[in-house]
Amino acid sequence: MVHGEIWTLKELFVTPNEYIYWSIQIVMYPFMTGLVAGAFVLSSLYHVFGVKQLKEMARFALVFSFALLFAAPMPIILHLQHPLRGINVIMTSHFTSAIAAFGIVFFSYGAIVASELWFLYRKHFVEIALPLKEKQDKNLLEWMKYLVFCALTLGVYDISEESLKKDEKAIKVLAGVGIPVACFLHGYAGFIFGSVKANALWMTPLMPVIFIMSAIVSGIALCMLTYIATMEIRKFLASRRKAQSPFYQSKEEIKSVEINVIKMTAKYLLLFMIFAISLELLDLIFRGYTAVKSWDVLRSVIYGKDFASIFILQYGIGNLLPFILFLLPNLTLRRAVIGVLLVLFGVFMMRWNVVIGGQAFSLTFAGYMHYQLPIIPHDWETFKEGLGGAVGIFVMPFVLFWLISKIFPVFSNTESH
Amino acid sequence: MFSRREFLKNTIKGAAGLALPLTALELITPEMILALKQDSAKTRWVFLIDTYKCVGCGFCVKACKTENEIPYDANVTRTWVERYVVTKDGRLYADSPKGARDGFTTNKIDLGLGNYKDIKKEEINKAFFVPKLCNQCENPPCVQVCPVGATYQTADGVVLVDRKWCIGCGYCIMACPYGVRFFHPVYNTAEKCNFCYHRISKGMKTACVEACPFGARKIGNIKDPNDPVTVTILTERVSVLKSEYGTKPQVYYIGLSEEVR
Repeated sequence: MVHGEIWTLKELFVTPNEYIYWSIQIVMYPFMTGLVAGAFVLSSLYHVFGVKQLKEMARFALVFSFALLFAAPMPIILHLQHPLRGINVIMTSHFTSAIAAFGIVFFSYGAIVASELWFLYRKHFVEIALPLKEKQDKNLLEWMKYLVFCALTLGVYDISEESLKKDEKAIKVLAGVGIPVACFLHGYAGFIFGSVKANALWMTPLMPVIFIMSAIVSGIALCMLTYIATMEIRKFLASRRKAQSPFYQSKEEIKSVEINVIKMTAKYLLLFMIFAISLELLDLIFRGYTAVKSWDVLRSVIYGKDFASIFILQYGIGNLLPFILFLLPNLTLRRAVIGVLLVLFGVFMMRWNVVIGGQAFSLTFAGYMHYQLPIIPHDWETFKEGLGGAVGIFVMPFVLFWLISKIFPVFSNTESH
Repeated sequence: MFSRREFLKNTIKGAAGLALPLTALELITPEMILALKQDSAKTRWVFLIDTYKCVGCGFCVKACKTENEIPYDANVTRTWVERYVVTKDGRLYADSPKGARDGFTTNKIDLGLGNYKDIKKEEINKAFFVPKLCNQCENPPCVQVCPVGATYQTADGVVLVDRKWCIGCGYCIMACPYGVRFFHPVYNTAEKCNFCYHRISKGMKTACVEACPFGARKIGNIKDPNDPVTVTILTERVSVLKSEYGTKPQVYYIGLSEEVR
């Protein structure tokens, strides 16, 4: 069986070698990198622009961005026909290709996030490592913890007022440098599509900008969702702990912080949503107005074959509905959760409509291809490029976040940073 | 004795003085040595297709699949033939079932999804066949987008794929405006027509040219003014496919019609 044949249905005049080669994992790739970039931009709003209300969210978003970073290249690995050769992209980068920049952009971005995290958590590492160093009879677990945190301090134990001030400055610089790099990380994912001149739907210089805007939207939405989820867990734990000691925060205290943070973040979400939707509509209107050779087939795809997934699922349920939900006064947590879930769905559908929609028509402009997502896998290929692979990729950052938050605690119980 | 300042001064002066004649030297890359040795600039492979002569027998597709070891029953092919039918009501029908490997044995047009359209002879205004293959573009987008450099252009103009280095990302397949690329069903790497490079570089003709009973396909060297293919391209009215993409395709057609996609 030829790669792509199993999930492609051809209609009318399609040339023999055309299949939907870029399937669900290529939908997941810009979706995941978008979440990375968005989460980082959200955390930078506090560190660089000093949006005080986002203080609580900033630390959280940065750690989450780090967790997402590891998941971002996974869809590509699952998509490659020769995943073990993936390293060739870094070994023999061919720089006329947009994908070749991946290694450089990804690692420089990773370095920025990692060093920003280090400056942010340096104090925490030292505070854990030092008492363990003093302790005489360490058990095995404590030994391991001691070694890990000792290594994480990188040998720097100075946590005086003065040095912490310097840390803050470094964080600010790193967050500032990080914004353009994060935008580049995702903008170049948009460039990968926007520069394909053979594809009538993809080829537009607006593509990277559209991708960045929707990336920030999705990143903020995911941070809000995860933030609410972790806060709910904290509330549950707090109601149990409060009974034991009056020093812990009460359930009500947490809740009042939570809703304030969410309301503030929702404003930024709306702002970036307006940018994203305006650009997408501009692209659509421009295509219709200029109506070049490819418009006939594009129109039949946009207003015909893909109408439901573009106008109902993406713009209707994914954009308009959450927009109204956030604009209505007196935002509640429940409404925020529904809203951000819809926003995430909307951004996912946007990626879907770009990647799959761009392959919905033939190069002949006289035929169509229909994508059938493999749901029940019957071999490795239909698993990794099917529903299972996509869900696995989506779950991965949450598991990583849980692991990473063991080392970088996103919340502190008694004092707030 | 030199003072330290003087020593540094003289060192800089000496280095600058030595560097001046060095600018006259030229850095030589392996490609330049190769070009000098082989003088490959004497060859630029091109293809000429006379659509008037094509009858859609599909011998070229069969020969290509066998010669280049593309699994016979796999629904991908390095070269294929398209059938165009324009009816009296101005509608265009086109198909290429199995890439025309078995020729066009029925009047029914394949509409995909298991549907066929039977067109009566008296309804037809015009009908013709168009063979397709890699255009070996002068400005190949597939080479531009390969992230690892696994696909490259030879000095004589043919675009090749390194099966040992291709990572299988599919970017080149997406970048080709002609749809000539696909994943090889066995090697799982990008695959395409290479003008039978193993044959033409030994002075033979491509498998499809050899197999065509009507001389519809010809391969030639555009840099050789005496090559009959060159003579035709330079003196007759020929055209190329999808010139609007700026890829500078090097497969020339005689009798190309507006309907051809």
